[in-house]
Amino acid sequence: MTMENRKLQSVAALESYRTKIAESQKNEYPVIYVCGGTPCLAKGSRAVTEAFKKEIESQGLACKVELRHKVTGCQGFCSKGPVVSFGNDTVYLEVKPEHVPEIIEKTVKNAQVIESLGYKDPQTKKRAASFQGIPFYAHQKGMILKDLREIDPLEIDDYIARGGYASLAKAFAMDPEKVIDLVDQSGLRGRGGGGFPAGTKWRSCRAIDSEVRYVLCNGDEGDPGAFMDRSIMEGNPHAVIEGMIVGAWAVGAHHGYAYIRDEYPLAVKVMKKAVEDAAAMGLLGRNILGTGFDFDIKITRGGGAFVCGESSALMRSIEGKVGEPRAKYIRSVEKGLYDLPTVLNNVETWTNVPLIVNNGPKWYRQTGTQGSPGTKVFSLAGKAVNTGLVEVPMGTTIRELVEKVGGGIRSGRKFKAVQTGGPSGGCIPESLADLPIDFDSLSKAGSMMGSGGIIVMDEATCMVDVAKYFISFLAEESCGKCSPCRDGLPRMKQILTDITEGRGKEGDIELLEELCDVLSYGALCGLGSSAPNPVLSTIKYFREEYEAHIRDKRCPAGVCRNLVTFHIDADACTGCTLCAKQCPQECITGERKQAHVIDQSRCIKCGVCRDVCKFDAVRVE
Amino acid sequence: MEIDIRKIDEIIERYDKSEESLLAILQDFQHTFRYVPEQGMKRISEVLDIPESKIYGVGTFYKALSLKPVGRHTCKVCTGTACHLKGAHTLTDIIGKELDVEPGETTRDGRFTLQTVNCVGACALAPVVMVDDDDYYEGSSPQDVLKNLRKYK
Ligand SMILES: Cc1cc2nc3c(=O)[nH]c(=O)nc-3n(C[C@H](O)[C@H](O)[C@H](O)COP(=O)(O)O)c2cc1C
Ligand code: SF4
Ligand code: SF4
Ligand code: SF4
Ligand code: FES
Repeated sequence: MTMENRKLQSVAALESYRTKIAESQKNEYPVIYVCGGTPCLAKGSRAVTEAFKKEIESQGLACKVELRHKVTGCQGFCSKGPVVSFGNDTVYLEVKPEHVPEIIEKTVKNAQVIESLGYKDPQTKKRAASFQGIPFYAHQKGMILKDLREIDPLEIDDYIARGGYASLAKAFAMDPEKVIDLVDQSGLRGRGGGGFPAGTKWRSCRAIDSEVRYVLCNGDEGDPGAFMDRSIMEGNPHAVIEGMIVGAWAVGAHHGYAYIRDEYPLAVKVMKKAVEDAAAMGLLGRNILGTGFDFDIKITRGGGAFVCGESSALMRSIEGKVGEPRAKYIRSVEKGLYDLPTVLNNVETWTNVPLIVNNGPKWYRQTGTQGSPGTKVFSLAGKAVNTGLVEVPMGTTIRELVEKVGGGIRSGRKFKAVQTGGPSGGCIPESLADLPIDFDSLSKAGSMMGSGGIIVMDEATCMVDVAKYFISFLAEESCGKCSPCRDGLPRMKQILTDITEGRGKEGDIELLEELCDVLSYGALCGLGSSAPNPVLSTIKYFREEYEAHIRDKRCPAGVCRNLVTFHIDADACTGCTLCAKQCPQECITGERKQAHVIDQSRCIKCGVCRDVCKFDAVRVE
Repeated sequence: MEIDIRKIDEIIERYDKSEESLLAILQDFQHTFRYVPEQGMKRISEVLDIPESKIYGVGTFYKALSLKPVGRHTCKVCTGTACHLKGAHTLTDIIGKELDVEPGETTRDGRFTLQTVNCVGACALAPVVMVDDDDYYEGSSPQDVLKNLRKYK
C-alpha cells in the first residue's frame, strides 16, 4: 500500500481499520515478548532475541507455528532482566540464550509454565512465573504502563488494534470546551513536577484571543536519577501523540512540539517514526480524520541542560535560542512559544489524556486520591531489592512502594529514607514512610513529587553527601542569570564539601539555612527556588548526621572518604579473594581461604571491597 | 579530522532556514563530526543570517555540544542519583586513572573521551558505564569495566 491511500478519511474509517487489524492479529501466531528496554539490552536481551530467532528457524516452526517476535519497550523489572513474556500472565526473568530451547518446547509449543524461570522469593524461596504471583508486579496498577509490555512501539497498527486513537473520535464529536470540562473533572494534575491542574491550564490558554496557539510536550526529563518519560516515549509513543492531539483540539492549537533530551537517541527515533506514521495515516496533519481539524507535531531535541525542562527556558530552546528562563510573572499560557499562548505538559500527563476521554472522569477518579487522582509512574532505584519502572495508584504509601514493590532493602541493611523529586525534591525519612505518595503530602513533608524518580536509601547512604550531590548538580546546571542562584549555589556546595571532608565548623548548618532562604525568595526560576529542598529536608530529618560530621569529624554512614577507614573483620572474612581482585589499588592481600588485610597507606577508600564482599566482612569506621 | 565542507552544507540543507533550526543543526554537526567545528558555525551564520556570536552562545550553553573534537569512543560514566549512591565518582576516578585523563578530556591517542552524564535510564545496573551509544556495563566491579574498556581500539 502506498502512503497516500493509508490515510484514514473519517472516524468511521478508523474504526473499521481497527476491526480489520484486530481480526488479522487474532489469527496470528503466539508472540514472544523480549524486553528491549535499556537495562535489559545491557543484560543481554539481544542475545536472547537472536537465540529465539535461531531456534524458531532451525525447528522450522515458521511453517507450523509462526512466531512473531517483538522487542518491546521496558517491562519494568529492570533488575531481573532480560524479561520475557507471552501476552498472557506468564513471565520469565533473567532469561539466558541457553533457556530458549526449553521455552520454545514447553511454553510456546505446549503452553507449559517453567516455574524455575520465574521470580524467586528471597524469603520463602518459592518461585512464581506469573505477573500475578510476583509481588513486584502484583502491587502495581498498570494504566499507563500496561501497553508498554505488549505494544511494538514501531508499529502504529499494534497501537490501533488495542484501541489506540479512539479518544479522537470522542473528542472531535465534542465541543472543545466540553473536552476541557472532562479533563477538569478528572482532576488530572501535571506529572512533570508541580502538579498543576491540567484542565485549568488548558482553559486559560483557550480563553486568550489569538489566531495561533501551541501545545508542547516536555520530554526533557532532567532529573538526574529518573527514566519514566524516556520509557514511555520509547515504549508507547502514540499514546503521547494521541494525548497531544486531544489537547490541541481542546485549546484550539494547530502546531505542537515534543521537546526530547538529545541524550535519549532511542526516544527521539521512536517518537519521530510515530509522528511520521500518524501523519501517514491521516491522524496528524491537515484535515485529521476528515474533520477539518489541522494539527502537526515537530520533534525538537534538547541540548542537555537541566534548566531547559523549565517551561520558559524550554520554549526559548525550541526557538533555537539559549535556554534561559524568564521572570515567573509572565505566564506561558498567555505568552509562551514565540510569545503566543501555549500549553506545556509533561509526557506522562499527555499519556493520561486519552484514558480520561475514553473512560470518563468518574472512572479515572476511581484510582488514586481525591486531590491526586490516577496513578503515577516512578523509576524506583537505589538500594531496594527490586528496581525498575513501576506504576502505582496515587496515595500508595512510601512503605508499600519500598517494601512490597521494591521488595525491601538489598543485603539486609536497614531502610533509611527515600529521595523523591530529584534535585528539586527532598529526603523523607523512614519514620514518615507511611505517608501516602501524592502531590500534597510530599510537599508538606518538605519534598515534592517531581517527575517520578524515587531513590531508596539505606544505612550506608550519607545524607550530607546526598545534599552535596544535588547542590553540586544544581550549581553546575544554574544558567547564571540571577545572582541568588549563580552565587548562592557554589557557596552552599563549598560548605557542604567542607563538611564532608572534615572541615565543617559550628554555624555551618545555620549558614546553609540562611542561604536557602535567600534562594527560595530571590531566585528567578524553579531551579533556584526549589534548590533548598534537598538541603533543608536533610537538615530537618538528619541534623545529627550533619553534627557528627562537623563536631566529631565522623561519617556515620561510612561514605565520606576523608572521615572513614576500611578494615576487614578477620572473623567474618572467608578468604574468597573477591575484594582483592576488584580493589583498584591492589592493596588487599591474603591467601585464599585466609583472612585478608587492607594496606591502609594505599587504600583510597573507594568502598568497592565493601560492595563486593558477599560475607559483610568489610567494616567501615 | 578533516572537515568536509560539503557535509556541513548537506546538514544545513536538511532544515528550514530559520533560527529555530539552529540547535538541531549544531546537534547534527555533533553527531556527524563528534564536535561542532568552527567552519560549521561560520557557515550557519552565512546561510541562516544569524550573528556568529549568537551561534557561539548557543554552542557553549548546551552540554550536548562540544566545540573541541572528541575521541574515537566516548566513555560515559553515569553520575545520576542512583549511580552516585553506588560509587559512580570513585568509578570515574578509577577509569580516569586507567585512561590518564580527567572527565571531559580526551586521551592523547584519541581513543577515548571520558565524560560524566546524568541518568542513562539503566539504574538497575548502577553504577553504569556506557561506551558510545550502545554498550552498557555494570560498574560494581571496576576491574571488569577496565577489562571491557581495553577492547575498544
Ligand atoms: C529547573 C526545572 C526543570 C524542570 N524539568 C522538567 C522536566 O524535565 N520534565 C518536565 O516534564 N517538567 C519539568 N519541569 C516542570 C516544567 O516547568 C513544567 O511545569 C511542566 O513541564 C508542565 O507540565 P505538567 O503540568 O504536565 O507537569 C521543570 C521545572 C523546573 C523549574
Ligand atoms: S534561578 Fe538559577 S537557573 Fe533559574 S534563572 Fe536564576 S540562575 Fe538561571
Ligand atoms: S576501599 Fe577501595 S582502595 Fe580501599 S581496600 Fe577497599 S577496594 Fe581497595
Ligand atoms: S570479599 Fe569479603 S570474604 Fe572475600 S576476601 Fe574480601 S573481605 Fe574476605
Ligand atoms: S542514575 Fe545512573 S542509570 Fe540512572
